[in-house]
Amino acid sequence: MALKGWHEILIGGMITDVGNSIDYKTGDWRSYRPIWDDKKCNNCKVCWVYCPDGSIVVKDGVMIGMDLDHCKGCGICAQECPQKAIKMVEETKVREAVK
Amino acid sequence: MTTMKVAKYKGIPKGLEGDRAVAEAMRQMNPDVVAAYPITPQTEIVMRFSDFVANGEVDTEFIAVESEHAAMSSCIGAAAAGGRVQTATSGAGMALMWEVLWVATGSRLPIVMHAVNRSLSSPLNIHCDHSDTMGMRDAGWVHIFDENVQEAYDNAIQMVRIAEHPDVMLPALHALDGFIIGHSVERLETLPDEAVKEFIGTYTPKYSLLDFEHPATFGPMDLPDYFFEHKRQQAEAIQNALDVIVKVGKEYGELSGRPYGLMEEYRMDDADYVLVALGSTAGTSKVAVDMMRDSGVKAGLLKIRCFRPFPHKMVSEVLGKRKVVGVLDRSISFGAQTGPLCLEVITSFFTHGCYPKVVNYVYGLGGRDITPAQICEMYKELVEIDKKGITGPIQRFFGVRD
Repeated sequence: MALKGWHEILIGGMITDVGNSIDYKTGDWRSYRPIWDDKKCNNCKVCWVYCPDGSIVVKDGVMIGMDLDHCKGCGICAQECPQKAIKMVEETKVREAVK
Repeated sequence: MTTMKVAKYKGIPKGLEGDRAVAEAMRQMNPDVVAAYPITPQTEIVMRFSDFVANGEVDTEFIAVESEHAAMSSCIGAAAAGGRVQTATSGAGMALMWEVLWVATGSRLPIVMHAVNRSLSSPLNIHCDHSDTMGMRDAGWVHIFDENVQEAYDNAIQMVRIAEHPDVMLPALHALDGFIIGHSVERLETLPDEAVKEFIGTYTPKYSLLDFEHPATFGPMDLPDYFFEHKRQQAEAIQNALDVIVKVGKEYGELSGRPYGLMEEYRMDDADYVLVALGSTAGTSKVAVDMMRDSGVKAGLLKIRCFRPFPHKMVSEVLGKRKVVGVLDRSISFGAQTGPLCLEVITSFFTHGCYPKVVNYVYGLGGRDITPAQICEMYKELVEIDKKGITGPIQRFFGVRD
């Protein structure tokens, strides 16, 4: 989302486009990334219930992964997962692994 | 306050204390919501307005809150809901509001506050000085001082129009000296109810919480990527108020015969020795100016009506070429070189390239009397400074015992 100048925005920080939090990417706040093991996952969706940011992506009733644009890395999903299918890994390590 | 011969409405002469005059203005304005907590010397505003509510003379929802923090918070909620909202406070009450005073400005809600100036503890004192409203001078409120009961009434009404102007949309306060104006009976002329109604008109906010067709979020979190831009807007809005205050003051003049500007000059045409004052002391100083003129001293007075935004350009234009200027502060900015008003005046001079001799008189703290004879002493000191230059400190504590 391109940042706007002070002439272009509503006064007082007012928000009129309801639901615009989807445009605000909070994924870069994250220092730990949830790594999901789909082999251990039994699709109970406890993570989906607990995630405070709605970042567990479910399609046609099936858990398919995390929305990393918005996941802040709080680790609640990993804590609550009965199957221990989610692991929190330091972002720097994940990024190094990707390199 | 000046007077014009032609006015649309004939005034109704009355004898009222400043607090009652403000309450009367509030009755005529009939705000949607008033949330306030009583505190000396503002109590009589709330007390009298409560009568109006109880007697059904206004439609206002009066919220008797448990503290001033709650008073301002309620005002913020009600203003965000789209209402016309007012409150009143003094001294410690204003201090308790401090956190939310900034929420009101940052959320751009045109709340009107009737502030009855009182010192801040400790030592405990209920009497007048300007420590309370000066303490919130950077919170972003439009900040106007009243000279007498008539001005307390007139300014109370004008505040609504200034605050709600689309170029401003900021909360606004007018300050009346506790007891000196607040509890003193003076003759004033009020407007007929219909004139006040006509002047303030109706308020239709562009956005409000109760407009379900156009939902809006007020006061959300703002991170480093946008907070600064919103503050920049605020800085622009309060500067816009300079023009709006003049326009509203002129329009009020056409209605009442009493036009208002950003400041008032008294016997300034050829004045060499000028005092700058706020509030009721401006009235007292006019008497002193007459006394000095009678004894052949070219004395003059500049009354600052509008303290925030500060009319720095006009101040430098009016004062820049005078021989000696004395600035009266009824509060201390502890650790600063002068009081808050004098800091503004000196800054105006420096930034506009004029350099008259300036001294600062701190006076009247905690309700200490200030008399015309004492103000004459100040004028005599300005004459001495003209002859000998400034000796001693810039800031002088006037009327304190050694």
